[in-house]
Amino acid sequence: MNDSYLLSLLVFSPAIGIVLLSFIPKVQEQTLKLVGFLSTLPPLLLVFVLYSYYRGGTELSSFSEKLNWFGIMGAGQPFSINYELGLSGLSLVMVILTAVISTLAAIASIHIKKEWKGYFILFLLLEIGMLGVFVAENLFLFFLFFEVTLVAMFFLIGKWGYFEKEKAAFRFLIYNGIGSAILLIVIMILFARTGTTNIAAIMSMLASPSGTLPTGDISSELKYGLLIALLVAFGIKLPIFPLHTWMLHVHVQAPPSIVMLHSGVLLKIGAFGLIRFGLGFFPEEFSNLAWLIALLGVVNLLYGAFLAFIQDDFKMVLAYSSISHMGIVLIGLGSLNEAGIQGAIFQVVSHGLISALLFFLIGVIYERVGTSYIGKLGGLAKVMPITAGFLLTGALASLGLPGMSGFVSEFMAFLGLFKEMPILAAIGTIGIIMTAVYLLRAVLNVTYGKTKQYENIVDISKVEMVPVLVLVGFIVLIGVYPNVLTQPLQLVLENIVLGIGG
Amino acid sequence: MDLETLLSYEWGAMLPEFIILGVATLLSLIDLFMGKGKSRKPLAWLGIAGIILAIISLVSMTGTGVTSILFDTFRLDSFAIAFKLILLLGSLMVLLMAMDYEPKGGFGNRGEFYYLFLTGLLGAMIMSSSGDLITIFVGLELLSISSYILAGLRKNNQLSNESAMKYVINGSISTAILLFGMSYVYGLTGTTNLREILGLLGHLNSNNSIYIIGIALFMIFIGISFKLATAPFHMWAPDVYQGAPTPVAAFLSVVSKTAGFIILIRLIITIFVSVPSGDAEVPSFIYQVKDYIGFFAAVTMIVGNTVALRQRNVKRLLAYSSIAHAGYLLVAFATLSYFMFSAVWFYLLAYLFMNIGVFAILQVISSKSDSNDISQFAGLYKRSPVTAISLAILILSLAGIPGTAGFIGKMNIFLGAFMTQPAHYVLAGIMIATTVVSYFYYFGIFTQMFFRPAADQSEVKLPLGVLLVVIISVVGTIALGIFPSIAFDFLTTIEHFGDFIQ
Repeated sequence: MNDSYLLSLLVFSPAIGIVLLSFIPKVQEQTLKLVGFLSTLPPLLLVFVLYSYYRGGTELSSFSEKLNWFGIMGAGQPFSINYELGLSGLSLVMVILTAVISTLAAIASIHIKKEWKGYFILFLLLEIGMLGVFVAENLFLFFLFFEVTLVAMFFLIGKWGYFEKEKAAFRFLIYNGIGSAILLIVIMILFARTGTTNIAAIMSMLASPSGTLPTGDISSELKYGLLIALLVAFGIKLPIFPLHTWMLHVHVQAPPSIVMLHSGVLLKIGAFGLIRFGLGFFPEEFSNLAWLIALLGVVNLLYGAFLAFIQDDFKMVLAYSSISHMGIVLIGLGSLNEAGIQGAIFQVVSHGLISALLFFLIGVIYERVGTSYIGKLGGLAKVMPITAGFLLTGALASLGLPGMSGFVSEFMAFLGLFKEMPILAAIGTIGIIMTAVYLLRAVLNVTYGKTKQYENIVDISKVEMVPVLVLVGFIVLIGVYPNVLTQPLQLVLENIVLGIGG
Repeated sequence: MDLETLLSYEWGAMLPEFIILGVATLLSLIDLFMGKGKSRKPLAWLGIAGIILAIISLVSMTGTGVTSILFDTFRLDSFAIAFKLILLLGSLMVLLMAMDYEPKGGFGNRGEFYYLFLTGLLGAMIMSSSGDLITIFVGLELLSISSYILAGLRKNNQLSNESAMKYVINGSISTAILLFGMSYVYGLTGTTNLREILGLLGHLNSNNSIYIIGIALFMIFIGISFKLATAPFHMWAPDVYQGAPTPVAAFLSVVSKTAGFIILIRLIITIFVSVPSGDAEVPSFIYQVKDYIGFFAAVTMIVGNTVALRQRNVKRLLAYSSIAHAGYLLVAFATLSYFMFSAVWFYLLAYLFMNIGVFAILQVISSKSDSNDISQFAGLYKRSPVTAISLAILILSLAGIPGTAGFIGKMNIFLGAFMTQPAHYVLAGIMIATTVVSYFYYFGIFTQMFFRPAADQSEVKLPLGVLLVVIISVVGTIALGIFPSIAFDFLTTIEHFGDFIQ
């Protein structure tokens, strides 16, 4: 196999599934399900091939690809755009996360009731978009894949969601549309000023002394403006308070398998973008605004935690919990030291796994009981002991029990912030306590509490056990042996810390 | 003028026009002698053959340099070739869809439609080649008068009558205003030849004359604004689009709008670019007034996109969408950047594919009930998945989602807006904000097509002509979206309109 096409193959391999699916008649449901699921395996296989190459000592840069694509004044001249894919430690971690959660979400799709064909075609399209976002080496491609996820998600929510699905789909579309519009402005300004969309090239141009840009310089005010625009654009995706309202609707209305992907991967594009572009392009401005980011983080953490406490729908608890946990990412980023940033990235991965697990389990429960209201649930441990057990495991991981991935990330992020802004960090710890309170309240009410009248309830099935076991496995693996993540991230972290002059 | 002079002209430069004129004459004669009840379909094929011939003859003329005949009133430069290509392609597609247009209550005299349509096209072609105020005016009137009749061609339909009436009145007022503006230019310079005017206006030095030229510009701009349907002179468009036969509405939205931009560029760039500004820092008068044009662009985008939100009639919705797109195009014009020509050209080309395709599908869907209500699209995905997906691609392009021609078009405009010094942040900001607003109504059509059940379950069959149009549109939209170099390379062969004022 030629290494140099491995990334393209990885990103576009789900397309094979799309082609196959479009030839299978609508009525052959079993075949559609099987092909849909199998189509998520090639990317999974390929990321592990990549990872094993990497562990075997292959440089990540050797996977880069570059092809001339088009130019406004002819290819090869200024203002031309290339097809460029590449891999860094951070993106390697993100594509592994994406491929794993996609396959598990495909298994979770057994709960989808109708129109398998369209569902899996969009599902695979979404996967292409997510994989592409993380390996894109230029802003144009990044944006292209970013928008693919937007369109695919709109349909997945609007068609296969619950009662208020259309409303949720439109909220998603408009909020994220505004986000990507702002991102597009930033991209186009950078393109117009530097004549390229290559991320590395822009990074070095912005870092070089002023007066060296081909078409006009970027003033310091403009740099701040662009950074704040990026903060808003990715803040909507992440989501940062007060730009989060759309995300609650999506988490409640979208089908569980899609929520797994959404909270597991799509929210992380926000964090990824902030690290890659916000920190990467404007390190100086970013460090001057670090206090603001840390502050936003603490606000997110507390706001999410307090609101999660008063929710009566389990899904809403988890949705607010996601907001709260994204606060930890911001706290880590805002602390701007190695520990903090490492904590932020750990949190991105860890929350991806944990929220996928929790949303999957709540989907399993909803499937059997028909509700996710805490008040209507109770004593599930009696009828569904295994599910209840895993639910508790997920909650414990989420609240940061040592030995699980949540602990490492929270610990590192707070370690970072305590070094820089101790008072803010101290306030933030209230959020950690609150996390324990709201999660245990919700989970214990559901699993123990007063047993309700249930009819014909069976515990989690063997197929459903697969995603659960895999996710728990990863959560424990990262918790016990964080080195699986630290090693690929080391170089990225060093570069970031070098960029901010640390 | 003696015969010798007449024969000395390179009449070959007018070959495409002669072909269209010849075919139009031939069609009118055949129509005259053809039996009343006979099918007029062969006429359409003849017209299509004529347009294809004209395209071939036009393409063969690329790269031959500027040809100017008839005392410089008719010039064939790269501008003329590039824009005529859009006009001819657009007309070809409209003719294909018109062939199968069978509205309830009949279409009046079909033969009349074909040859009036061709004379309209001829008018637009003359405009793009004109080097003189007189030829511009003759071309414009030829196009306008043909369009007035075309709009009212469904004689037994009340809306169609109203549409023609409104169009005639509004159109003649705009023509009068345009002519009034032109008369000022003539009064100041004593010539109608554009290049001579360019030379003479460069020597304007008294403030009074600059004041008068300001009025002339204002009048001319308003006159053309009617044609472009930009706010606040857009009021006619929704009514006319709604009442006119669907192929005519497609013709107005694409071919007629392109013609509007052709005279806008021909007139304003050649005439006013040389007028001194009276201010040492501003290179020319036109730069002084470009903010006013920008203001019109902003108002047009806002009005078009917000009023479209409330439309349930798809034709009216498309009319407002077309107003909005005129606004985007005006942004490209208002920035007066280096990329202006190519941005406008590319956008019009992209718009041609996406918009005619949508009109073609609308024509088929609304033909059964003669209703253009948006609910006609309900359940289209169930009735005909391929049609629904084609329409979805075209609408995504209208909304400017990456991967489609519409996105590359918008990207060019942004690039132009950010490249100029000072950059047009506000204008670009309004453009992107209104684009997000447009998601509401474009994705609203998706809601109907994919999420809602169909009232009428019968399969949608596209007749041959419409099918061809849809295939061309979808292929064009995707090809220009993924490989825009096809179009950019063409611009390189004609040297990016380098010979425009030579």
